Amino acid sequence: MTALLHRAGQTLLVLFGVSVLVFGVFFATPGADPTARIAGRNASPQIMEKVRHEYGFDRPLPVQYVIMMKKLFITRDLASYANRGERVVPEIMQAAPVTACLVCGAAFIWVTMSIAMGTVAAAMKDTWVDRGLMMLGLVGISIPVFWLGEVANLVTQNRYHDTWLFSWVPGLGYVPFSQSPLGWFRALVIPWTVLAVMFIGIYSRVLRTDLVTLAGEDFIRTAHAKGLSPIRVLLWHGLRTSMVTFVSLFGMDFAQLVGGGALLTEVVFGLPGVGRLTYRALTTLDLPVIMATVMYSAVFVVLANAAVDVIYVFLDPRVRDAS
Amino acid sequence: MCSLTHGCVMPADPTIPLLDVSDLCVSFPAGGRMVPIVEHVSFTLPEAGILGLVGESGSGKSVTAMAIMGLIDTPGVRVSGSVRFRGRELVGLPPRQIRRLRGRDIAMIFQDPMTAFTPVYTIGWQIDEQIRAHERISRTQARARTVRILGEMGVPDPERMARRYPHQLSGGLRQRAMIAMALSCNPTLLIADEPTTALDVTVQAQILDLIRSLRGTYGSSVLLITHDMGVVAQTCDSTLVLYSGRVAETGPSDRVFSHPGHPYTAALLDSIPPLYGPRPDRLPAIAGAPPVPMARPPGCAFGPRCAHVHAACTTTPPALLPLGPDHEAACVLPAEGTPLPPRTAADWPIDTIGDACP
Repeated sequence: MTALLHRAGQTLLVLFGVSVLVFGVFFATPGADPTARIAGRNASPQIMEKVRHEYGFDRPLPVQYVIMMKKLFITRDLASYANRGERVVPEIMQAAPVTACLVCGAAFIWVTMSIAMGTVAAAMKDTWVDRGLMMLGLVGISIPVFWLGEVANLVTQNRYHDTWLFSWVPGLGYVPFSQSPLGWFRALVIPWTVLAVMFIGIYSRVLRTDLVTLAGEDFIRTAHAKGLSPIRVLLWHGLRTSMVTFVSLFGMDFAQLVGGGALLTEVVFGLPGVGRLTYRALTTLDLPVIMATVMYSAVFVVLANAAVDVIYVFLDPRVRDAS
Repeated sequence: MCSLTHGCVMPADPTIPLLDVSDLCVSFPAGGRMVPIVEHVSFTLPEAGILGLVGESGSGKSVTAMAIMGLIDTPGVRVSGSVRFRGRELVGLPPRQIRRLRGRDIAMIFQDPMTAFTPVYTIGWQIDEQIRAHERISRTQARARTVRILGEMGVPDPERMARRYPHQLSGGLRQRAMIAMALSCNPTLLIADEPTTALDVTVQAQILDLIRSLRGTYGSSVLLITHDMGVVAQTCDSTLVLYSGRVAETGPSDRVFSHPGHPYTAALLDSIPPLYGPRPDRLPAIAGAPPVPMARPPGCAFGPRCAHVHAACTTTPPALLPLGPDHEAACVLPAEGTPLPPRTAADWPIDTIGDACP
């Protein structure tokens, strides 16, 4: 319990550090006037004056930092001037569930698929099944996600949309789960798969290597000497132990995807998630939005990391004692 | 008990030795050819006997043990010869059948108890797992037996220890838990591969005492693999000295220790520090290193390091020659009429090391 509190305190500290860093990068870089950047291109002197006063750019840096954090997290009235005064935080809050649905679904697919592929490959080490699966994994890693997405769109939306195979595919865009669960599933199943492909490749290869290395460990030899079946040794002793590495890898990837790393997939499939928001802000140089999404993704990476640490405690008794 | 109910192993027959290994050869593929690691090793182990398998690292001790257990799974490995367990041939037995013997009739304990347990499960869970792999009993019954055996192995507060993870136990306790796991299905043969090497000296003595007591309490035979002549002296009825994958000498321990027939055995005995009398400035060591398996000499493998080497040693590997009852050595010296001198009782470490340990 104290360990968890300790971990929470650490998380808060890291979040504070991240926010200072992000603030510094955006507003305290010398040689650029943040007022002009927030107000957008060709802003009138009145607007410039208003922005300068609102964000406190005429006051010392710590005050500016506090104002910015207040606008981001407390009053949540950080507004985008490039986009005619649209409030940034509610926009992100609207986009976040879309990204979360996309990433969670993809994560489910890539975790199940890569565990299956990696375990089968390790069990049939050096056979053609193993080589075939690992080759497939390598292909998955090599395919760029935006290309795969475009090809998927081309096939399902265009050329073969009217065949029996793909007539169920809805048009690009997102359907909220609350509106229609089936529509939600249909809209997301292809993006999920496309996003998962590369991770299936990476994770199945990592897991196979891990399992093959573990096969030489003393405790695997002990398990065989106990007279257990090879499958039980592989699953209960090998796979269970390699889950420790697997989870730490998963935490990092999951966090960066939730924090906007699924940008390309969201753009290609027209999903209004955080990634697409960032993409739009980047094309219009909408500084408040960029700032907010960066902050948001940093928060998610840190939180996901803390979650992984908690899962770790359950997976690895050695960690439990160390903390 | 297990063997009768499962009906796959003959009941004990006093005329058949428990374990009869003859002409066991193991070769591994390397660099496009087969490299022999163990060559023509033969020995027998009677019921309730303790046999010490001695040799330097790389002499093929562990490979011999793994071959008996059928645990060598390197692709392309070749195991020939015969391993008979209660008259039943184990070499070439289908994996499913040898698996049923493993852990139930033949159990094994390993050198490093830290790495020999799966780190993510409790000790008790892992012992329960072995019991339940071989017998149809409930979880609670299995746990009750686990706790009982842990207690018998001298683990304090066994109920609580069973709920602990391997890393939470000291080395000595872990090795006791390892032995408890090996004994959990009442095996008739226990193979102990350097069980005390990773432990400190006092714990070593306790573990050896425990192993020695097993034949009385459990009626188990033990194949004890070690590189430590002192351990053999304390523990084993008979001794088998391996050098470079071949048998150098074999016989009852007291004979081997008092009348070593092979210069290698004699050199090993010389390198045990004396417990009484003046301390030598330097312990005698055997000069040189054993030949690598790829390039064993055509004659006696110990020839290049032997003080008595002469022309007769360099052509063919010397055959095992009888020196006394059950005592054989693979050396030409006794046949040439110049056997090694017997060792005096002061040099002789049997029962002295054990007493020296508190």
